[in-house]
Amino acid sequence: MAENHREGEAAKTFDVRILRQAGPGQASYWERHRVSYEPDMNVISVLQKIAAHPRTADGQDVTPVAWDCNCLEEVCGSCTMVINGRVRQACSALVDRLLEQHPDEIELRPASTFPVVRDLVVDRGRLFQALKKVTAWVAVDGYYDRGEGPPQSQEEQEQLYPLSHCMSCGCCLEACPQYARVELTRGVDESPEEFVQRQAETYDRLFLGPHAISQVILFNSHPTGRHMSSLRLDALIAEGGIQLCGNAQNCVAVCPKDIPLTTSIARAGRAATVHALRKWFDV
Amino acid sequence: MARQRVMVVGGGLAGLSAAMKLAELGIDVDVMSLTPVKRSHSVCAQGGINSCSDQTRQAGDSEWKHFDDTVYGGDFLQHQPPVKEMAYWAPKIINLMDRLGVTFNRTTEGFIDRRRFGGTLYKRTAFAGATTGQQLLYALDEQVRRWEVAGKVRKYEHWDFLGPVLDNHGVCRGCVGQDLVSMEIRAFPADAVLIASGGCGLLYGRSTNSVMCTGSAVSRCFQAGAKYANGEFIQVHPTAVPGADKLRLMSESARGEGGRVWVPRTPQDPRNPRDIPESERYYFLEERYPQYGNLVPRDIATREIFDICINEGLSVEKGRQCVYLDLTHIPRQELDRKLGGILEIYEKFQGVDPRVTPMKIFPAVHYSMGGLWVDYDRTADGGLRSASPTNMVTNLPGLYALGECNYQYHGANRLGANSLLSCIFDGLFAAPGLEVWLSSRATAAAEAPASLFESEVRRQQACQQELIRRPAGGENPYLLHQTLGEVMTKAATVVRRNPQLRDALREVEELAARAKRCALADTGQWTNQNLVFTRALLDMFPLAQTILRGALARDECRGAHYKPEFAMPHLTGETTAQRRAEADAWCTRFDENNRRWLKSTVAVWQPREESVQLSYEDVDTSLIPPRPRLYGLVGAALIEEVWNQRVTAQLARVP
Repeated sequence: MAENHREGEAAKTFDVRILRQAGPGQASYWERHRVSYEPDMNVISVLQKIAAHPRTADGQDVTPVAWDCNCLEEVCGSCTMVINGRVRQACSALVDRLLEQHPDEIELRPASTFPVVRDLVVDRGRLFQALKKVTAWVAVDGYYDRGEGPPQSQEEQEQLYPLSHCMSCGCCLEACPQYARVELTRGVDESPEEFVQRQAETYDRLFLGPHAISQVILFNSHPTGRHMSSLRLDALIAEGGIQLCGNAQNCVAVCPKDIPLTTSIARAGRAATVHALRKWFDV
Repeated sequence: MARQRVMVVGGGLAGLSAAMKLAELGIDVDVMSLTPVKRSHSVCAQGGINSCSDQTRQAGDSEWKHFDDTVYGGDFLQHQPPVKEMAYWAPKIINLMDRLGVTFNRTTEGFIDRRRFGGTLYKRTAFAGATTGQQLLYALDEQVRRWEVAGKVRKYEHWDFLGPVLDNHGVCRGCVGQDLVSMEIRAFPADAVLIASGGCGLLYGRSTNSVMCTGSAVSRCFQAGAKYANGEFIQVHPTAVPGADKLRLMSESARGEGGRVWVPRTPQDPRNPRDIPESERYYFLEERYPQYGNLVPRDIATREIFDICINEGLSVEKGRQCVYLDLTHIPRQELDRKLGGILEIYEKFQGVDPRVTPMKIFPAVHYSMGGLWVDYDRTADGGLRSASPTNMVTNLPGLYALGECNYQYHGANRLGANSLLSCIFDGLFAAPGLEVWLSSRATAAAEAPASLFESEVRRQQACQQELIRRPAGGENPYLLHQTLGEVMTKAATVVRRNPQLRDALREVEELAARAKRCALADTGQWTNQNLVFTRALLDMFPLAQTILRGALARDECRGAHYKPEFAMPHLTGETTAQRRAEADAWCTRFDENNRRWLKSTVAVWQPREESVQLSYEDVDTSLIPPRPRLYGLVGAALIEEVWNQRVTAQLARVP
């Protein structure tokens, strides 16, 4: 009896529709997989099952679907994708909940704002470039022992800690209407180094994104980090800066870590305005 | 001489702290990582980082006591000088991380707040909520990005380390890597290669580790001739939440902040846990270990949870093994401030609010105390000589190992919140030694004959072609991995028995043979994850064999390695005199066992036989003499008393 019961359960299946793409510049296409249901699944365990048995719902053998993941507990930011129309981390997307919303089918797409590398894997290099642009670090003298850091109140720590949770997943950028996709390809006579350089320069001219604006607030609020405030504010008022934010407030709605991105943007906007005015009067 | 470079493999705490320190010393650094370094497994560390502080000092703590707790917790299996050096560096490391902007929790007055962790009686652990690893990693990631902008560091993210390049003197002159996007294989000449690739939890299928913790980089060095030590010492963390894809860690800090582990006294009591009165709850850790309570070291807590569920049948659920980890007596606001990160994980993945309902947890494979064998340069007073190229070097000159992937600090069992410390310490301490190593080299790796690198690249390309050309319909790598995980979890975790270990070894050898017939479902040359996984799987077998052989050979109980057959007896005598005689016999046996087994297991890979050869190495216990590890166990006071009398008598005999 128990055996029969188990077999009966194993027969329960659901479909996963995946938007696939073999590589950059190639056409994308939908592919349907049928997965046997088990309790406590998430989208990662679904993709693991598909990798182990890469066969479509109509029985065709295909290459396994490529995707990014690492920690599987929503702290590394790797597994960003669009699941049932919503950008999020695949590890915390639980199958039971997804099937409650859309019975029998789950839809997976790569984030559309980044160039597709393959299938669900996208190139998010641009979001890390923005961290360089805004000098997202504390410029300490060095790594020799210089005693304790600057004292901080509990209130200050409680304000900074949520901001320092940004795992560079890119969900906010996928949701942001101002963050348009840009896809560059290496020229035939371009060296890899030259290509990287051209990519960085291009990215620097485009909107840097809510994640980077929030990092400006993080470091400009830190007792030592704030020594470089004006450098970061320069980046905010430069080409591709905070003026491009259209205040859609989508970023804060999709952030998996509940980072108060719009609060950061508002604070950064005020600081940037004051900074710009000061610069005019200095001239 | 051409400019020298250092290659760092792995971008977690150990790799990044090394990279930033090397860059500060003016050395050009390459960092190779499977993932953007900000996504490394260090982000999963939750609870905190240890050091004695001005406050614990006034309660009687010191660097020496931190050192003592670490070796006692590790059951004396670690060489003491590196541990001592680490403990003395610890306060400085926390100060540095504080200066780098880590958002450590603060006291009302603004000092770094501390909490208690396992295996100590002092509140030594600095923390940033329950995401300390993430916060420390981000601070280092930011510093390395700063050096990247300054042109001192180049990152190779989404690259797989395929192996070291050794010259005909056996000196490491660089490595070969593969771009995981374009699948290009190329050599990286380097004047030193630092392996900082973390643990190997994926050998066990599901664990608390991230999916990239396959141990492949370490295994590739091992197969190239690097020694591997104490492989059998695998930490099983007491508190994790079982899941279909991963066992999610619930930090020891939950107990550090007052969390209590219990089961209902009535097996599988169907009542809501909140309705079970105190008198009907069995707080088994608190009852069995009155001194340390819920904060006994991990190996002990894990064994007790196992014992409660399996031997005593007191698991909370009938079909599944688990016990309660209860935080519900702690005010919500305090929980959110100090443990928010893990509570969110539990809530998101289990759909239950742990602030209101006790969590259900069970042990899971977590950390490898063993790793690549590394050397150290001892000073006369028992510390490490700074700026010595001998520190952290493997037996292959020029090849270093840092962080979880070396065997150096944690002996037979790691104390909570010591791993973040050992990783950052390794990176900071190794860098000046590497500077000296570089200056001692007559030629730069960039000037070595091109043929040295070309032949290694060709060999790797041939290996890959062989994998790709295998006929379809062979073994499935994902299913073999699942089986490997089951075999390892059954035989080489909490309780180990020789017949099971022998069976497991045979099964692993069979699986290794079957893995050679794995067929790829993807034979393409673009972002081929199927190929990368299969190659990592093939490299799991040498390490799996090392763990099993080490465990089979070691007929004793030490830290995380527990064989009931060789467990030390309890004192059962009825009269004090009987118990004293038993305690005396206990101490004699303890002494004899140490003479035989207080040794590091050192494994060497035999490529022709495809098997592991073990030898044993004495442990430097010159600073703190080994003593019975009892943790205030009920009834252990007598053993301690007898042992202390013996030591006193021994000292009196010394002229």
